[in-house]
Amino acid sequence: MNPFQPIGKLVLGFLARTGHLAMFTAQALGQGLAPRYFFGQIASQFFRIGYTSLPVVALTAFFTGGALALQIYMGSSRFNAESLVASIVALGITRELGPVLAGLMVSGRVGASIAAELGTMRVTEQIDALTTLSTNPLKYLVGPRIIAAVISLPLLVAIGDTIGIFGGYIVGTRSLGLNEFAYLKSTADFLHFSDITSGLIKAAVFGFIIALMGCYHGFHSSGGAQGVGRATTNAVVSSAILILAANFLLTSLLFGD
Amino acid sequence: MAHISMSLLHKSFGPKQVLRGLDLTVAKGRSLVVIGGSGTGKSVTLKCLLGLMKPDQGTITVAGQNVVGLKGDAQAAYLSRIGMLFQGAALFDSLTVWENVSFGLTHGNKMGRKISRREARDIAVQKLGQVGLNADVADLSPSELSGGMQKRVGLARAIAADPEIIFFDEPTTGLDPIMADVINNLIVDCVKRLGATTISITHDMASARKIADDIAMIYKGQIIWTGAAKDVDHSGNEYVDQFINGRADGPIQMDVRRG
Repeated sequence: MNPFQPIGKLVLGFLARTGHLAMFTAQALGQGLAPRYFFGQIASQFFRIGYTSLPVVALTAFFTGGALALQIYMGSSRFNAESLVASIVALGITRELGPVLAGLMVSGRVGASIAAELGTMRVTEQIDALTTLSTNPLKYLVGPRIIAAVISLPLLVAIGDTIGIFGGYIVGTRSLGLNEFAYLKSTADFLHFSDITSGLIKAAVFGFIIALMGCYHGFHSSGGAQGVGRATTNAVVSSAILILAANFLLTSLLFGD
Repeated sequence: MAHISMSLLHKSFGPKQVLRGLDLTVAKGRSLVVIGGSGTGKSVTLKCLLGLMKPDQGTITVAGQNVVGLKGDAQAAYLSRIGMLFQGAALFDSLTVWENVSFGLTHGNKMGRKISRREARDIAVQKLGQVGLNADVADLSPSELSGGMQKRVGLARAIAADPEIIFFDEPTTGLDPIMADVINNLIVDCVKRLGATTISITHDMASARKIADDIAMIYKGQIIWTGAAKDVDHSGNEYVDQFINGRADGPIQMDVRRG
């Protein structure tokens, strides 16, 4: 057997899947986000993606803020730079950890559920039924999920940022003995509006990735229950990888010289 | 004149040829049942008719209009004339029974005008009545219904917009013989009431005999026999004879492996 054959097969398979995903993305944007809008669907996805993810995002942000304060305090105390705790917690949460952790948590929770729901609809012919009922599945299923995720994620991250900074504040002032007023002043002085907006821009992109990956893998699921399970796993794994890759890219674009 | 006409349809999936020059016509107001074993191309034919798949070659005309490759509004307009009963009913889990029945009216604009939820519910309850279900089930979720009731709701959804064409995909699969006969009777009643042209695919001969005016047998992606339903028992075709009598021995050899 030619030793290059498996490598060639792998590369061709990757290119085919990438092309397929690119076509689905173009269709989702061209058809799914064009009028007519199913406002009932958008509202229910808002509730599902945004509202029901709030506890998970809030808890993650709180504990991350607290842990970050502890780590920075321990590191900075070596150089007598404990006063930096508040500002680094604020920057770390708003620029990086808030959007990335919220994105990863929501991708595990919502991306998986979108893929499972649409995958089940695919294998039970419900998506075909939508078409026969003169309803474009991209408009009815994909568009509302993308719209809801792109708007929900920045809102979730905004709340998560606040709670994360609060978590750092609680740990910093109650456990590490930092001055309450100085902590708040340092946070307010060092945090710029652009630090917050950059995180929210990232969150919107992550929301798009989560909804797109969930819809893509669910939409193209096949092979019964096993296929739906595979679609769910692929949706979570691919959106997590894409979130981390997009985070790097966006950080370079937003903060690079 | 043919209401639905398929000519020289070809469809392949990779190296596997599913349809190999399929020809089929259905006259207006007639009920055609396509019989054939698993994997012979029945479902693919139906999906090509519905525009869910595009044939590699061949033409499909409905009332003189070529319907291959329709997109957007043209596809929606074509599908608004069609009702479809899926094998597993394909009811939307997230909606109630009445919302399922009236979905094409409220979302797909199958009435050609916007209708209120109240009007849609009234139509849904009326259609549920036509398939033998009372108004009590209207607010239930599909998961609360038995298989037979789900099929009835699927039938009510298929006829909700009074379509001129209805397709039935294995309408009695998974049902006990009595419920299967109930569904067959409902199909006959509904089709007669609407005067619709219908194509059903099935391997249930009892169902085929009950609902068909004409029967066509598909084998390896081609129509190998067509005739009136009353002639199926003396078709003179050994493939048809083997199939309708359910014999393992004969010219049709079943593939053990799929694909």
